[in-house]
Amino acid sequence: MNSTPELSLRNFLSDIGRSTIDGLYQLGGITILFLQTTSRLFSRLSWRVLFVKQCYQCGVLSLPVVLLTGAFTGMVLAVQSYYQFHQITMDTAIGILVGLSMTRELGPVLTAVMVAGRVGAAMAAELGTMRVTEQIDALRTLATDPVSYLIVPRFLACMVVVPILTTFAIFVGILGGYVVGVKMLHINHTFFIQNMVDYTKVSDLMSGLTKSVVFGVLVAIISCYKGFFAENGAEGVGIATTEAVVYSCISILVSDFFLSIVLF
Amino acid sequence: MENGYLIQIEGLTKSFRDTPVLTGLNLDIHRGETLVIIGQSGEGKSVLLKHIIGLLKPDSGRILIDGRDIVPMSERDLNDVRKRFGFLFQGAALFDSLTVGENVSFGLTEHTRFHPDEIREKIKELLSWVGLGGVEDMKPAELSGGMRKRVGLARAIAMDPEIILYDEPTTGIDPIMGDAINDLILKLSAQLHSTSIAVTHDMASAFKIADRIAMLYDGKIIEVGTPENIRTSQNEFVQQFITGRAKGPITKN
Repeated sequence: MNSTPELSLRNFLSDIGRSTIDGLYQLGGITILFLQTTSRLFSRLSWRVLFVKQCYQCGVLSLPVVLLTGAFTGMVLAVQSYYQFHQITMDTAIGILVGLSMTRELGPVLTAVMVAGRVGAAMAAELGTMRVTEQIDALRTLATDPVSYLIVPRFLACMVVVPILTTFAIFVGILGGYVVGVKMLHINHTFFIQNMVDYTKVSDLMSGLTKSVVFGVLVAIISCYKGFFAENGAEGVGIATTEAVVYSCISILVSDFFLSIVLF
Repeated sequence: MENGYLIQIEGLTKSFRDTPVLTGLNLDIHRGETLVIIGQSGEGKSVLLKHIIGLLKPDSGRILIDGRDIVPMSERDLNDVRKRFGFLFQGAALFDSLTVGENVSFGLTEHTRFHPDEIREKIKELLSWVGLGGVEDMKPAELSGGMRKRVGLARAIAMDPEIILYDEPTTGIDPIMGDAINDLILKLSAQLHSTSIAVTHDMASAFKIADRIAMLYDGKIIEVGTPENIRTSQNEFVQQFITGRAKGPITKN
């Protein structure tokens, strides 16, 4: 290998160029799939059964893990903030912190990340396997549109189920924070609740749930895209699954930043 | 049609990432015949089959079905054309989230308004037609390779298609099961009077089921004829392939 400075610079630049083009290509693909999906949302009559099945898989089966993460997040928040607030004798502000953080940020984000790991990965793996074993082609030969049949139910299920899961996460998170704060750290019950209720508004909950709808859509469309266009056999399905989770999580965190600004 | 051709393929070209697979392929298929396309693995036989049912779009060329070009058609119009087709995939491509019965009746439940009882009857009938019974409620993963192919065949013929496409119908299963599949293909074209196109590199199967055989080489059809014509062909490429010799013009470079 020749490794003169110009050559390595050229390689470096061409690597940047290639990954930029690849990134834009995928972004375009995801956008096209999103438009195809939304344009077919109500085009089938028989998607209801599939939708219910997806809601079960993506919602009911995710509930335990979402409850667990939510509860512990609320508990950790209470313990962590106690260390800091206790020093400046603002113990009762823990209720505000737990309530606001859970509804605006941590509830939606952590739920979406758990869904990305559990449901997004499963979607990418299932659709990817269907792609490489020609099942998606088989659907087309049976005159059935694969986007309507496979992606629309998953998309809708995620959009509906993620906000519901988020609501649960917020609730158990606050409950966890309350138990730790009031029962373990002996913060006054009335102050804890009163402060929380005073400073956590309905608009905060709305902003959290709006975020969670966006996150649900992102996880569904990115995971479906990755699985739907998987190639190169078992290895390709593995890569698609990994990328589905990684890109879903990145998109959740990045969009969270912008949504937080918009929904302030 | 007037000229007796059901499917006409004209000047079909297709490349994948700069690798040419089909390079100006011409082929005409008569109504009611069984045409077998032979050729080496990786020559683009499956690619050709997928063009005929519109799963792939060619870079150039025309595919006329009953005189109508399907290449510029939208996915919606193509779906109407596809209802006239049945497709047996190489690995059967059964939907593994559905039961065998749901697989077989997929087209019926999607596109017709039969009563569930009628559909159950139809599933039984189709499965017994391909020589299977009592497997309706099993999942495809529980079946052997040969059984999966039979279920795939039952699914392909469930809508009484005019045209049936077979992608390597005898590959990947034992010779006895392979011959049973050959018999099913013959029985199908005799009873349904359908037009069949099969791609294979199994010469025994090709000679058994074909009315005509076409050989695909280097992205083109290099010879078409009855099995007898092909057997006695003077073309060295054809001769090397049907006799299965490792040395010859195909393997020169």
